[in-house]
Amino acid sequence: MPIDWKQYRSEGFYDEIIGPRGGPRRSARHLARHLAQMDAAELTARQAAADLAITEMGITFTVYCDESGGAIDRAWPFDIIPRIIPESEWRRVEEGLKQRVTALNLFIDDLYHEQKVVRDGVFPEAVLKSSSNFRPQCVGVDPPYGVWAHICGSDLVRDADGTFYVLEDNLRVPSGVSYMLENRLVTKRVFPELFEDYAPLPVDDYPSQLFDTLATLSPRPADYPEVVVLTPGIYNSAYFEHAYLAQQMGCELVEGRDLFVDDDDCVYMRTVDGPARVDVIYRRVDDLFLDPEAFRPDSMLGVPGLLRAWKAGNVGLANAPGAGVADDKVVYSYVPELIRYYLDQDPVIPNVPTLRCMEPEVLKHVLTNLDTLVVKPANESGGYGMIVGPASTQKEREAFAVQLRKDPRNYIAQPTLRLSTVPTVVDSQVEPRHVDLRPFILSADRQYVTTGGLTRVALRRGSLVVNSSQGGGSKDTWIVPQGEE
Amino acid sequence: MLSRVAENIYWMARYVERAENTARVVMVNANLLLDLPRGVAPGWEPLIWITGSTELFEARYKSYGERQVVKFLLGDEDSACSIISYLRQARENARAIRDIIPRESWEQLNALVLGTRASLQQGLTKGGRYAYLKSVIHGCQGLTGMLAGTMNHDQGYHFLRIGRNLERADMTTRIIDVRSADLLPGESELRPFETIQWVSVLKSLTAYQMYRRSRQLRVTRPDVLRFLFQSDEFPRAVYHCMEAVEASIAPLPRSDSALRLIGRIKRQLQEADVGSLRQDDLHTYIDALQLIFGDLHGEIATTWFLPQAQVQAQSA
Repeated sequence: MPIDWKQYRSEGFYDEIIGPRGGPRRSARHLARHLAQMDAAELTARQAAADLAITEMGITFTVYCDESGGAIDRAWPFDIIPRIIPESEWRRVEEGLKQRVTALNLFIDDLYHEQKVVRDGVFPEAVLKSSSNFRPQCVGVDPPYGVWAHICGSDLVRDADGTFYVLEDNLRVPSGVSYMLENRLVTKRVFPELFEDYAPLPVDDYPSQLFDTLATLSPRPADYPEVVVLTPGIYNSAYFEHAYLAQQMGCELVEGRDLFVDDDDCVYMRTVDGPARVDVIYRRVDDLFLDPEAFRPDSMLGVPGLLRAWKAGNVGLANAPGAGVADDKVVYSYVPELIRYYLDQDPVIPNVPTLRCMEPEVLKHVLTNLDTLVVKPANESGGYGMIVGPASTQKEREAFAVQLRKDPRNYIAQPTLRLSTVPTVVDSQVEPRHVDLRPFILSADRQYVTTGGLTRVALRRGSLVVNSSQGGGSKDTWIVPQGEE
Repeated sequence: MLSRVAENIYWMARYVERAENTARVVMVNANLLLDLPRGVAPGWEPLIWITGSTELFEARYKSYGERQVVKFLLGDEDSACSIISYLRQARENARAIRDIIPRESWEQLNALVLGTRASLQQGLTKGGRYAYLKSVIHGCQGLTGMLAGTMNHDQGYHFLRIGRNLERADMTTRIIDVRSADLLPGESELRPFETIQWVSVLKSLTAYQMYRRSRQLRVTRPDVLRFLFQSDEFPRAVYHCMEAVEASIAPLPRSDSALRLIGRIKRQLQEADVGSLRQDDLHTYIDALQLIFGDLHGEIATTWFLPQAQVQAQSA
């Protein structure tokens, strides 16, 4: 039976493909018609072709270690129906993201220098004092261009009215961009005919943009820079991405033990030919594990002396250590103010309304309304440690309230969002599933935003959880040159 | 090339080679036992000696029965010396260098590990064993061929060849040691079977046909020993393996002391009158060779791999 869009209902949510009256949105007309022409068998066959391509291409993510210490690679869950965003709409998002990351970088640089933002009373000193990602070791450092967060992955969601909101900014070691690139390759294999109708804007120049961004951080600009990707190793859940990016950029993929800092405060990698100087490190290791000399002395993943070499200006580090201070979800709640403060502009993309639990009145309100709110810890990622009020039990809420009272500074609360949906293949039919979007923003001497980004999809009916570590999947994201709605 | 990457390639090659040789040894032993009279057959125990895992085996199994030994060597997930463990370790090494080796080789190794595990039950039956072992050997050789045909013959490839040939030399000496030690004493009524046993030594190494081509002699102990130690033409002969290691080490930087060591090993191989060595002396000779292979590995590791402290730090 072919897809009948009249049967497709995404009640009360903004659907990215089908409009409120059951007809496809203008930008998605071809897609909806094309899908409607397929019968169940063909839809299933296309999905199977995509799954096979993913297995063959070895697109995986690592889940956990089994008893013998081996890591388990899972095939990347992928849905064949792309999400479509008109280019005119995207340009505005792009502008908003650049604005946001510019302000964030000014903010980080300020925090490690004069802290004007604190003195001017825009950002409370108490929040800074209790920030777990502020690194005193970085005070006074001047990274090139004043940029600390060279790679930012911001999560966007659409609420019921179709407005894009920023949900959070990932400034530490954001991942997912490799899947964005691979999703496009798979979709090209599955729906070649649709590409002729649409010509979605290409995504595949990201690795070269990333390389160029990293190369500008080289302390030896005259030479062809030696750029490396630093991974915690094969057991890391994003190892596939680390290897992928290294391969795509033609860089070495190194682990901490491959590097050392010599008496000259320069970084070298141990090669068969002897030590070789390293200019720029795209590190995918968290701050605290980066340098046992400066941070956690028990870290096995890091490179002793790395911070020393960075401070001496002998190596570029992306993202800079300490950039995570702006990754705090309490900081997030201040971003609109920060944009006004540093840029004297209004934010192009709004924040999701956010309650700061550290304020006593707010805490009281949050505790009595736990069943309607989403409450998140300030510094976790991957959807850990949070509670989704409407989906929680009385018992879970009570347990959570105890945590919350103990450390209110560490929590923010937001209304439960009505995340937008996209038709997704389920049992050879299509059903609405909730999505978010993670574009990546590169910053150094100039800025670059990926065309679209990674659309993550909650594969379970009604679920709002899109993280791959928690059973989410993904879709290709098309920015298409058609006009507005 | 990163030292760690070189080390991973080297070990990947060694483990693949070890898996292939283990499959050969099991296959030939099964064949040999069919040819020998009941009561004189050496049984399955020598296979455990070859892998040097007597203690581990005895801790897990009560007897050296065919079923036990074959299970231990083929599919025991807890035994570090089963084919499945070797392939798994090869795969772990390959995973760490996924950005270096060609994608199709990674897929081939991946498929080999999965397939070998999935059809293990077939390999444990008498009827299915031959096909199973053959597919392991083909899988390993397919991977070797694929790497030879698709990977840049750069430093990484040199380390691949060094690992494979050093492992091969080591396995060849182990197979000779064990297979000749359990050969029948010179009792005249068993003479007809002595030839069969030396043939089995050759077959363990897929050397029978090549031996015939190059010697055109009947199979005798001195000639077999000379062929397997000293041939510079047969790819599994110890001397040939050493020449292959030497050829891959020579282009590497700081190779002087490793090359000196190989020179010594080659002299030791050329000058020995292996054909006339009595069993005890042969055993002593092989012991000495294996020690010096260990030295060669140590020399390679100190010259080109990560400093030991770094390796320990990681595994701690």
